[in-house]
Amino acid sequence: MTKKIYTKKEWMEVLKGLADTYKIFVPVRDGDFHTFKALDETKIPDFDFKNTQLSPKSLVYPQSERMFEYTLDENAPDANIIKESKKDYSPQAIVGIRPCDAHAFQIVKPNFDNPEYQDPWWIQRYESTTFVGLGCNDPGSTCFCTSVGGGPFSEKGLDVLLYDLGDTFLAKALTDKGETFLEKAQGGKEADEKAINAGEGLAAGAADKIEVRVHTDKLKDKVQTELFDAPFWDDVAFACINCGICTYLCPTCWCFDIQDEMVGKQGDRIRNWDSCMFPLFTLHGSGHNPRSKKVQRVRQRFMHKLKYYVDKHNNGVQCSGCGRCVRNCPANIDIRQICELMNVEC
Amino acid sequence: MKNPYLPYPVRIDKIITETEDRNLRTFRFVFLNSKDEEKFSYTPGQFAELSIAGKGESPIGIASSPTEKGHVTFTVNKVGLVTTRLHNMKEGDVMGIRGPLGNWYPWEEMEGKNVVIIGGGFAFTTLRSSIIYMLHPENRPRFKDISVVYGARNPGMLLYKDELAEWEQRDDIHMHITVDGTDDPDWKYNIGFVPTITEQKITSADNAIAIVCGPPIMIKFTQPVLEKVGFPPERIILSLEMRMKCGIGMCGRCNIGDKFVCKDGPVFSLAQLKNMPPEY
Repeated sequence: MTKKIYTKKEWMEVLKGLADTYKIFVPVRDGDFHTFKALDETKIPDFDFKNTQLSPKSLVYPQSERMFEYTLDENAPDANIIKESKKDYSPQAIVGIRPCDAHAFQIVKPNFDNPEYQDPWWIQRYESTTFVGLGCNDPGSTCFCTSVGGGPFSEKGLDVLLYDLGDTFLAKALTDKGETFLEKAQGGKEADEKAINAGEGLAAGAADKIEVRVHTDKLKDKVQTELFDAPFWDDVAFACINCGICTYLCPTCWCFDIQDEMVGKQGDRIRNWDSCMFPLFTLHGSGHNPRSKKVQRVRQRFMHKLKYYVDKHNNGVQCSGCGRCVRNCPANIDIRQICELMNVEC
Repeated sequence: MKNPYLPYPVRIDKIITETEDRNLRTFRFVFLNSKDEEKFSYTPGQFAELSIAGKGESPIGIASSPTEKGHVTFTVNKVGLVTTRLHNMKEGDVMGIRGPLGNWYPWEEMEGKNVVIIGGGFAFTTLRSSIIYMLHPENRPRFKDISVVYGARNPGMLLYKDELAEWEQRDDIHMHITVDGTDDPDWKYNIGFVPTITEQKITSADNAIAIVCGPPIMIKFTQPVLEKVGFPPERIILSLEMRMKCGIGMCGRCNIGDKFVCKDGPVFSLAQLKNMPPEY
């Protein structure tokens, strides 16, 4: 597999040159935070960041997405018939995605792409995307990727991995998609032994910087109904205000709602991100609601991530350790503590 | 790639008002493209999403039997946005059906057994599908005795009244129709709640399997009656309801533990449910 080295200045030019082949998304400073934006003349990529405030999940799975369209105009021959919308699946590349966020797409994949049903929109956009990761030299204080099957230089779900070597980027192709990307990334030179060793050194050092250890080893053996009835859920849920920010920021939360929206006689069927934190999520037409209480919804979120997913997919926990929910929860609810409780209690 | 969210276009062929409060109507649909009927190949117990452009979708049990060709029927209670719109539609109108979805009653397991069907209120729809299916001359020899306990609040709230009367006349199905109460002096069937009538009429669990479908309160009180008669939890089959959107296990709302009611259900045995969190 190709290994190339680019000076940072050169890399910015390379990205501009790739715009003919890919729609390029890069981290851009936006106020106090970084966010992924489509690269154009007005955007300055900034690769000096811990992680973006929002994960790039919306680039594969938009927050709102048109599924179908239709007309209710009775004069039209296809009135009231629901039809597929035209979609653009031309190649895109997310450059600078952190390994945890790339790993998250691997965690989400079996939900949208399984032997029984395939979600055409998620799959097509996923397949049209090249994931160019940027290893984390200096992981954040809330990061715990090493506890959940990832790492600051994990290659899971990535096509290319970039190592920030100070003045240069070492770029390592990991897949055929990645090879193609580096082939099109004109410039740079073949990486020498020294650069490769420097990259490996960085990766080893970064993993050691993550001191937090979250234990997930016993989750699989727990009995679902016993964990469900564990005594700690009331305490865990007490402070929660059901704002839903954790589900919104989470790169592995995938729940959605489907709504019809009309303008005049033209309508769209749209899917929007939804959240298990909201009582409407499960409210029956009859008024009955299996998760009407806050504690039930909080329990659902953690049970889903740390038990149901584990049992169903045999693919570890439904968490990539990015730490966004820990950093942003207004009530300081910490999934790392809850995971420890679940792993030990009963 | 087959799009599992795309409904088949259908035309409303016939609308029947089932109950005296006019809140339950049966809709008979014909596929606009005849090839879609083959693709919509279903088994009794399954459901589908009724899809109305501009309003949305609603998951409803299939009331027709696969032995009834040329159309597919659903009996719908008027509750929310989609079902209210549906009740205001007329014969000839075009809409969509998406499915079939979910699993079905355990037909292979039921073969060679006595079948006890217990239904209450408007949850009788997939049970109607099952009865029609079993009574079909090709299928009837596959099952032993068929007993049905079906109850509604009063005679006017029973579904499929003509068919009930017809089944009452047959000797290859034992019907026990009941109402919670009535002031009709000519009422010739049972009076009493479904669990009570079940206790009186269903006296043996020998080589039998019970399918129970109804409001939560009816299920709650019927369950101990069946267990007393000797039905083990493996042979008590229930069909559950949940708020749904996608119907294919992706949107995340209809789970009970790690099972989705839309994809792994809606049909579960009591034995399965006892190993799942009681969150339904």
